[in-house]
Amino acid sequence: MKRHFEVLFELARRPSLGATRELQAATIALLVSLALGSLLVFATGRSPATVWWAMVTRVADSPYAIGQVLYKATALVFTGLAVSVALDAGLFNIGGEAQLTAGVLACSTVGAALPASTPAALAIPVCVLAAAAAGGAIGALIGILRVTRSAHEVITSIMLNAIVAGLTLWIGNTLLFRDGTTRGLAIAPGAELPLLGLGGSPANAALIIALASALAVWWLRGRTTWGQAWLAIGRNAEAARSVGISVGRVQILVMTGAGALGGLGATSFVLGHKHAFEQGLGSGVGFLGISAALLGRAHPFGIVLASLVLGFLSTGGLAVSDIIPKELTEMLQGIVVLAVASSVPWVQRRSAA
Amino acid sequence: MPMIDAELDKRFGTREVLCKARLVVRPGSVHALVGENGAGKSTLVKILAGVIRGDGGQLAVDGKPRDVPTWTRQAARAAGIGIVQQHGAFAGTLSVVENAVLGAERVLLDLAPTATQLAELGKRVGLPIDPWARTDKLSLGAAQRAEIVAALHHGAKLLVLDEPTAVLTPVEVEGLLETLRHLAREGTAIIIVTHKLDEVRAVADEVTVLRAGETVATFTARPFLVADIARAIVGAEPPEAAQAPPLAQGAAPALVLEHVSVGTALRDVSLSVRAGELCGIAGVDGNGQRELALAIAGLVAHAGEVRLGTRDVTGASPRARLAAGLAHIPEDRHHGGLVLDGTLADNVVLGRPDVTGRFRIDRARVAAFARTQVEQLDIRPPDPHAIVRALSGGNQQKVVIARELSRPDLRAVVAAQPTRGVDLGAVARIHDQLVGVARGGAGVLVISADLDELLALCHRIVVVLRGRVVGERAAGANGWGDDARGALGAMMTGAEAAA
Repeated sequence: MKRHFEVLFELARRPSLGATRELQAATIALLVSLALGSLLVFATGRSPATVWWAMVTRVADSPYAIGQVLYKATALVFTGLAVSVALDAGLFNIGGEAQLTAGVLACSTVGAALPASTPAALAIPVCVLAAAAAGGAIGALIGILRVTRSAHEVITSIMLNAIVAGLTLWIGNTLLFRDGTTRGLAIAPGAELPLLGLGGSPANAALIIALASALAVWWLRGRTTWGQAWLAIGRNAEAARSVGISVGRVQILVMTGAGALGGLGATSFVLGHKHAFEQGLGSGVGFLGISAALLGRAHPFGIVLASLVLGFLSTGGLAVSDIIPKELTEMLQGIVVLAVASSVPWVQRRSAA
Repeated sequence: MPMIDAELDKRFGTREVLCKARLVVRPGSVHALVGENGAGKSTLVKILAGVIRGDGGQLAVDGKPRDVPTWTRQAARAAGIGIVQQHGAFAGTLSVVENAVLGAERVLLDLAPTATQLAELGKRVGLPIDPWARTDKLSLGAAQRAEIVAALHHGAKLLVLDEPTAVLTPVEVEGLLETLRHLAREGTAIIIVTHKLDEVRAVADEVTVLRAGETVATFTARPFLVADIARAIVGAEPPEAAQAPPLAQGAAPALVLEHVSVGTALRDVSLSVRAGELCGIAGVDGNGQRELALAIAGLVAHAGEVRLGTRDVTGASPRARLAAGLAHIPEDRHHGGLVLDGTLADNVVLGRPDVTGRFRIDRARVAAFARTQVEQLDIRPPDPHAIVRALSGGNQQKVVIARELSRPDLRAVVAAQPTRGVDLGAVARIHDQLVGVARGGAGVLVISADLDELLALCHRIVVVLRGRVVGERAAGANGWGDDARGALGAMMTGAEAAA
């Protein structure tokens, strides 16, 4: 299994081809996906053109649908970054589920524990930090196990996903859930993030935190010695070591940061939308973050674009679910990721050796 | 009829690497392919062996025309072309015999007969190998022998060797060249890619010189004039070799090792290099040189004491040692030296907070620094944004040299195989730089498998054998005496110790 992950790894770690060629590869991938998707649609007996047109127009014409796209993209930006930041350092963080769930638990618990009168200027930063700290703790644990005990991060991530899910459910059942529901106490009103006001959709101000995070990652990665060190150990740990970079320490720090980003996904779910702990909140988004990272070519801005694309496919799929089965659009998400993964090496080969 | 008659074109992106590069190889001859790094030698032989695809041109194997763009590894192998590549092609965790049968078109494998055949074949051609040894446990020389035997086992009528001697010691080189002559006498055609003109003179029947992707000269009759070949390679008079400056009397020690041991690989080595001194470490590869360099750099755990000047850095991290004035040129630029997917500028400032700044990278300063280094070492292409993977070996090495030797307040330098697999022009540049830092007051320890390099560069040469220092020689006022080479060679093989 480890082997399979490493193949993915190599794909995502290929050096950037530069913005123009990356976009070229993305365009090719999109066209290929469209063609394959059209075949699938055709197989259901519908006209592909009608379905695609309906998908675009139904999303574009409805503020609610646009809001849905943004809401879904928000969380994906966080979990996508959680994967890509680790990938830059040569680590495969598939613990996004655990990090996000831990973030949701911490964020909602801290939010609910705050006095109802807490002002937003205090409540929001405290809850945001709680989410980041909880996710970061999970990431740090994965990093520490990897560095000090040589436990492969893929294995520990998978195990932690299961452990955190179980633990959260147990904590919910014994401590948090109210009156036979699967919902905990509401957070302090001051901690609620405002909605963006798009047709009653849950799109909220966590989008701004997501974009700020992407910007921060971009800046750290390309403009600071931290980024220099973390990219160097991902590309050649031996060389990094020989120029005096402490590889283990950087790996632990990077995994902590990656986990914190994953945990921040909770801000959109808890502070922006549900305003309380709920069973299964954000479930699956941690894994989808891997797709976002691969599709976004492990670049912070690429991940923002990729999250929007995945958000659109998911929302658009629901919007046309009266015409085609929704499983078909789920398949389409997979096809897009595969198409990008295979078009990049192709463009790379054609452009240079 | 020639075994190979090729005229090849190849572009990497917009860069033309080969332009109608002509190569004619006769059966039973040793053909040397020479030229500077980046001249296209490796590319040419890789196309011949089907490792990479050519863009166009003509290729005739045994008189039969072949289509260049569709010429594959399988086709080349079927036509009897075997290649031993510069960085080895064996999969690390498999044994020699397993590697030899990789890609064989059989489903069921019984390795024992093949192993026996390999061992016998090896013995017959003078390349003794252990077919059951895991290839990642072999020394570079042994791995190369195994690859040659495997290629012959596949029925190679043409054996391509890409810089085979770059990783070998003088003794091993002698053995290899003898084997090549033997194979040629038996009818195998051999292409040897090399930088070293004394090897060309020793072994080649014919020579093709490439420059910037074009064949600029061919020599088809022995004896060759080395000066003619050198001139054809650089297209001008070859550069003057750097000279070590006279050593000041009573200079303070810059790098001191006391009773340094690393496992069983390096045993109780004590050594002192003075400020301004160039001290060579000679020895057959795999006698503890690698561990010595790593121990000084703090990259392996070691017993004993390491001092930089008067400062004890025994327990210090690699970073602290670098900060205390050490520079380390790792023996393998791909493994420990460079981030190949990074740009030239990225690599030149890697781990150099004195240039980048502590946290926020000062991009203007990095760009200016990279430009200065590119200019100073004549790195080509002179583009700080070039991806290092795309540079030739010599230019990659210059990037490592630039980063390490430009450190501020240098006290000591450990240069492991600083010119391995590097062309003549680059060797001169690198030697200049090493002499330059010594002149600036640093103590320089040069570890090299190339005794001639050490004799050209150093004030003193220390010989290691099986992890121990077994002897040393210092150059006199009039340079090295006539017997120095022989005496050091004897120490390297242990003949002296036995006597």
